[in-house]
Amino acid sequence: MSENTRTIPRLISTLIAALCFASCFSSCGGIQNSINPAGPNAENISRLWWLMFIVCSIVFVLVMIALLLSLRRRTTEAADRVPVLEPPAESERRRRNVVISLTTITVIVLFVFLIASYSSGRSLRLNDPTKNGLSIELTGHQWWWEVRYQDVDASNIFTTANEIHIPVGVPVNFSLRGADVIHSFWVPNLAGKKDLIPGKINTIWLQADKPGVYRGQCAEYCGLQHAKMALWVVAEPQEQFNAWRQNQTQQAVPATTDAQKRGQQIFFSTTCVMCHAINGTPAGSNIGPNLTHVGSRRMIGAATLVNTRDHLAQWIKDSQTFKPGNRMPQNNLSDADLQALVEYLQSLK
Amino acid sequence: MFKRISHAAALRRNEKPAGAASLRRCVSIFLCLLCFSACKREQRQFSTPPATFKSYDVTMSDIRPGVGGMPMPVQNPADQHAFDANEGKRLYSQYNCSGCHFNGGGGIGPPLMDEKWIYGDRPENIYSTIVEGRPNGMPSFRQKIPDNQVQQLVAYVRSMSGQLRKDVAPTRNDSMNARRSEQRTERKTPVQTTEPPQ
Repeated sequence: MSENTRTIPRLISTLIAALCFASCFSSCGGIQNSINPAGPNAENISRLWWLMFIVCSIVFVLVMIALLLSLRRRTTEAADRVPVLEPPAESERRRRNVVISLTTITVIVLFVFLIASYSSGRSLRLNDPTKNGLSIELTGHQWWWEVRYQDVDASNIFTTANEIHIPVGVPVNFSLRGADVIHSFWVPNLAGKKDLIPGKINTIWLQADKPGVYRGQCAEYCGLQHAKMALWVVAEPQEQFNAWRQNQTQQAVPATTDAQKRGQQIFFSTTCVMCHAINGTPAGSNIGPNLTHVGSRRMIGAATLVNTRDHLAQWIKDSQTFKPGNRMPQNNLSDADLQALVEYLQSLK
Repeated sequence: MFKRISHAAALRRNEKPAGAASLRRCVSIFLCLLCFSACKREQRQFSTPPATFKSYDVTMSDIRPGVGGMPMPVQNPADQHAFDANEGKRLYSQYNCSGCHFNGGGGIGPPLMDEKWIYGDRPENIYSTIVEGRPNGMPSFRQKIPDNQVQQLVAYVRSMSGQLRKDVAPTRNDSMNARRSEQRTERKTPVQTTEPPQ
């Protein structure tokens, strides 16, 4: 009985420890993970991370072994120890050699880290893909991302929000601006962090080698809704990207059905029009996200909610329940008006 | 006064002659508690509170038809909150009030930082100016700006001529200042004028 009572808690604690250890591996994949790189920049960073992780792990294990050995030695020899006033010269020399060699190894390891860190930092900065690359101007607002695609051809310039599409295998240059406070752009699967600072233009470049959807997150505390200031990067084959861009450069589709026309009228006559733009209509304010193609986006509210009819309606009615403190006011629309407005916005593909 | 109270409190608690040390402790506790008095200065409400006033007719003179006196002056809740007044400042530029009124100095629209008021200087007057619009170019923003944001704008407009408390009025801009900050603006006594804007 006593045997049993002791083994069961031990079994449970072993299981918990094993679970905790296994849970570490759960973060190895994923869409917002710097050790699951999908591009050359992120690969560089993750290589550096693994180098430091492995070396530090080995050092940690060695230190722990040395500590355990010394503790063990101390307990066995402690019984008949007499204070040594003058240690024998030979053991003194041996100890000095051990200290010198360990210090040298430590310095060498640190220098290896320094050089590795410097060179990967340099390669992130030095690759200059200005030629044939894509240029995007990214502006951080409280609490959403304004994305403006630049082009030498002015008819290809367009503005969207919170969703960046990029072609696979093409370097993309970002110029980063802050509209109000400092934000930070971080898509861990593709590149490192870079701050968006008001009154200054920072640059960063990234490239996706694998098609996929990656999540980015503001990485500099920027106020109440910093945690819900996210974006998606959609890396897709060139043809798909071209089709997407072709659609984005178009003006908004005109309202056709009666409900859509009613929705458009509500958009123009209520608070919406004060902050949002829909290209091709009189709505041209640039305080909030551009809604010209809002129906084609995956998420709303800076990657807060999936873009469905219900979510959009709830968001318009009272976005403060999802994202307290955000700049969009509550709207006291009747149900019929709200449905018409959602109908219109969803039609803006 | 405060010192004497804390001294007495210390005496009661310790039941021995209060030394300089316990007196100092009481004063510092009092000073710490004093910090909490500013807690509501920037308190925010995330769900829109219903507007406390609606548009009123402007009274240009004290003479009124019928019986009864002047309506009670209305308090704008945004006048008491630094956060609201600052939101008003943000909205003033984002909603492009500065397109006509500039930074308060006036241009296409009348100046807002001087003492002259054509359509009334009371919060409810400014409220109805924004919501209803006025002749000679002021558009109506009915339904376009939510009530609580209009109140914030009203508070900011009044801060431009120094009508708000100094601890509520917005401080200097992030960018270059076109004029003294609202906080440092001297209070001007409002004067009713019938002059049309130049």
